[in-house]
Amino acid sequence: MARISMRVDGMKVTDDVEPRTLLVQYLREGLGKTGTVIGCDTSNCGACTVHLDGDSVKSCNVLAVQADGCEVTTIEGLADTVESDLHPVQEAFRECHGLQCGFCTPGMIMQSVDLLKRNPQPSEEEIREGIEGNLCRCTGYHNIVRAVQYASGHLATAANPRGATEEVDAL
Amino acid sequence: MTAVDARPEQTNEIGRDRRRKEDARLITGRTRWTDNINLPGMLHLAMVRSPFAHARITGIDTSAAEDSEGVVTVLAAKDFDESLGVCINAWPITPDQKTPAHPPIAIDRVTFAGEIVAIVAARSAAAARDAAELVEVDYEELPAVVSLEEAVKDEVLAHPDLGTNKSALWVFDSAQAGTGGNVDEAIASAKSDGIVIERTYRQQRLIPAFMEPRSVVCDPTGEQITVWSATQIPHILRFAFAATTGVPESKIRVIAPDVGGGFGGKLQQTPEEMIVFAMARRLGKPVKYTETRSESLLSAHHGRDQIQKLTLSATKDGQVTGLKVELDANLGAYVAIVGGGVPVLGAFMFNAIYKFPAYQFNCQTVLTNTTWTDAYRGAGRPEATYAIERLMDELAAEVGVDPLEIREKNWIKHEEFPFTTIAGLTYDSGNYEAATAKAKEMFGYDALRAEQAERRANNDPVQLGIGISTFTEMCGLAPSRVLGSLDYGAGGWEHAQVRLTPTGKVEVITGASAHGQGHETAFSQIVADRLGVPFEDVEVLHGDTQIAAKGYDTYGSRSLVVGGEALVRAADKVLEKAKPIAAHLLEASVDDMEFTGGRWTVRGTDQGMSIGELSTAVFAAHNLPDGVEANLDSEATFDPENFNFPHGTHLCAMEVDTETGQVKMRKYVCCDDIGNIINPLIVAGQVHGGLVQGIAQALWEDAVYDDAGTLVSGSFVDYLLPTAADTISFEIDHTTSPATTNTLGTKGVGEAGTIASTPAVVNAVVDAIRPLGINDIEMPCTPERVWRAINSAQKGA
Repeated sequence: MARISMRVDGMKVTDDVEPRTLLVQYLREGLGKTGTVIGCDTSNCGACTVHLDGDSVKSCNVLAVQADGCEVTTIEGLADTVESDLHPVQEAFRECHGLQCGFCTPGMIMQSVDLLKRNPQPSEEEIREGIEGNLCRCTGYHNIVRAVQYASGHLATAANPRGATEEVDAL
Repeated sequence: MTAVDARPEQTNEIGRDRRRKEDARLITGRTRWTDNINLPGMLHLAMVRSPFAHARITGIDTSAAEDSEGVVTVLAAKDFDESLGVCINAWPITPDQKTPAHPPIAIDRVTFAGEIVAIVAARSAAAARDAAELVEVDYEELPAVVSLEEAVKDEVLAHPDLGTNKSALWVFDSAQAGTGGNVDEAIASAKSDGIVIERTYRQQRLIPAFMEPRSVVCDPTGEQITVWSATQIPHILRFAFAATTGVPESKIRVIAPDVGGGFGGKLQQTPEEMIVFAMARRLGKPVKYTETRSESLLSAHHGRDQIQKLTLSATKDGQVTGLKVELDANLGAYVAIVGGGVPVLGAFMFNAIYKFPAYQFNCQTVLTNTTWTDAYRGAGRPEATYAIERLMDELAAEVGVDPLEIREKNWIKHEEFPFTTIAGLTYDSGNYEAATAKAKEMFGYDALRAEQAERRANNDPVQLGIGISTFTEMCGLAPSRVLGSLDYGAGGWEHAQVRLTPTGKVEVITGASAHGQGHETAFSQIVADRLGVPFEDVEVLHGDTQIAAKGYDTYGSRSLVVGGEALVRAADKVLEKAKPIAAHLLEASVDDMEFTGGRWTVRGTDQGMSIGELSTAVFAAHNLPDGVEANLDSEATFDPENFNFPHGTHLCAMEVDTETGQVKMRKYVCCDDIGNIINPLIVAGQVHGGLVQGIAQALWEDAVYDDAGTLVSGSFVDYLLPTAADTISFEIDHTTSPATTNTLGTKGVGEAGTIASTPAVVNAVVDAIRPLGINDIEMPCTPERVWRAINSAQKGA
């Protein structure tokens, strides 16, 4: 067993884990962070995407011990609940119908947040390439792309209140 | 129909882009997936699966696994009696269908790679998986039959005891059915004076690949056995448990909590569900099994896998005179719950939107040593639509006219509806001319044709192809009488309840079981309009046999068109019950009561009360008319008289690099007609997602077995689901021909995109390179296949 300590969604946790434990297993089984899900066993689907020290990672591809000393944010801790119940990207996915069954959604949202952090005004092509590592079987990606565009507009507005934003037609 | 008369005239909710109620929990991670459920004392299962496609089991040594840390028990088939149950085939398509018995755990022989031979129960999932590796199974390998081509020869048998691989032969002949002429005569006649097109198309095997892996939890404690499953069909599953294990239905509760996609892939009674049920009962503790993705791809049912031999006859100017279909369908190792029936659904769709005078359909279902096949989005209809829409392009090329012209020449005109087809179905409504005109305009059809001509003239290395699909489908399964006539083992009605709470909120209970479709939103819109209550005041409950006691669940684009109509009727019954009570409370005559905007009013006065106020008064029951019971609740069961028939025109532009074989989608436009629309936002989402699944069949996905019967594409590394970077944004719109078989006028939309898009894409690829003398590319149209076709055409030239 190995002793690990980290902050998850703002909460400090310390545990003894088997060294082979994946971060996603620790989150789900150890901490009950079931908002983060497992969709494959080959690191292809991205459903388990979380933020590790602010950057997106596939949590099936990180050992829990590798996250020792890190700050982990999952879909459950994404929204700043003081300011709002929803992060602008969460709101955008709802607004643009960027989800259907919702299983890929936590990972897709976490990846989109990371994408917009790196590139606040991405082109459609940049969005598509930026979320390429996250699979969705329901939406055909059309409205996910719209959601990221919508969030991009809103995030820009937040940074620059006078900046004009282009409303994205969800259809 | 007094209830319908009471319908509020003004509709505020239907047709609105309501954002989904479901999303709040899904975007914040407050979701209840089956795998999230943990119960005290819960044990975890791991399955030991056969690596061989066909083998005799000569010994199972579980001792090392049993000694492994955390393991509770390791069991094989011999450890169970008949209370384990069996996997059922609910749709034997002929009386003499060969149906191998399907025990959830292989007894002495495995018949596909991935079949379960032993089960480990342990205190953690990791311990169970570790121990599963330690179970030693001795196999004596047997010859395996994998491909359809080999299986129909009956040289190697998937199930030697059956004596053949041929499960059932199902035939429809228009001359025999009295719906049309003799197809062989039509073909003979066209051979001497007309056009005969003969083609063989392969519908490759696909994997539904829902994003949430299957998961089952069973809690045997308490008086009832409670099962949570990532399933599309909680009601059918409960029936299957009861029918095959001897546990009465009243002792079983099945819950489909949040379910992460299905696409037909979770329309199954699985061995894993039966095993979890049996293990929980045996161990007396809650049991969970969640599959890995690799297990899912290997053992959850696959779809498609047909070979279609097609003969189309026409006059020289392109009037179709007959179509003969000889189809082999790969069932895999077992006949799944509706596995044999899937290709039969196609029987009614090969004629599509066209007026054929003669038609024959022969479907041979075939057993092989591969994963069983069953419904996958569209189920039989995409295969049929592909065949006919490809053939229409081939006919257009033969006649030398635009593919849209040949379609128009043959399709049913809008003034001819309702129209009874050569396959015996009556299409209630549609307007192919209108949808096509709109799609052409959206697409910029003439400009793209001009660009295509220019590229051809310039010998551009990148050629442009335009693909067309003017599809229709039959959905909204279904009229129970029709299902009965096809020997389907169940009905097709749907059940709904509407309950009013004392505070005036509305609980809506549906037998449909959503797994991404947005029922909670769309059904709220319907009931809000019907009862004149706020959208927010309606709560839709579903997916739990204890709450929704009756239902036929969600598949076949049926939930809205069957379940939605049941809701309408249940809501109308509420109004019917409310009317005399309102009259009594308002001290007016029943004849003077009017219902508008959620309020009962006395005609000609300002007196009235809302349905919510009425509900509160009924709950108190202080002042009810004599003999009236103290509730406004109601239920209804709706069984449609007919299927419904969405249609649409899909246009696709593909660029094909003739030097590399690389294909690239440039534009995709569709105009669908699904009747009236409840929520345009949800409809658009269904179309987008459907399109990409159909496009994926055309371009990428392929479940490949090697000759030994090993699934080569057994992970997401090898089975290529499209990513966002592979796809483009779509332009979609609609025309509206309301359905006449439900009062909402709606048609199904869940499968339309998938059914339509595959032929549109392949037609576009072939259209780009047809001048090179190429008239087909086998799906998926990989760069290699396209390049090889171009290369051999150029060598031949």
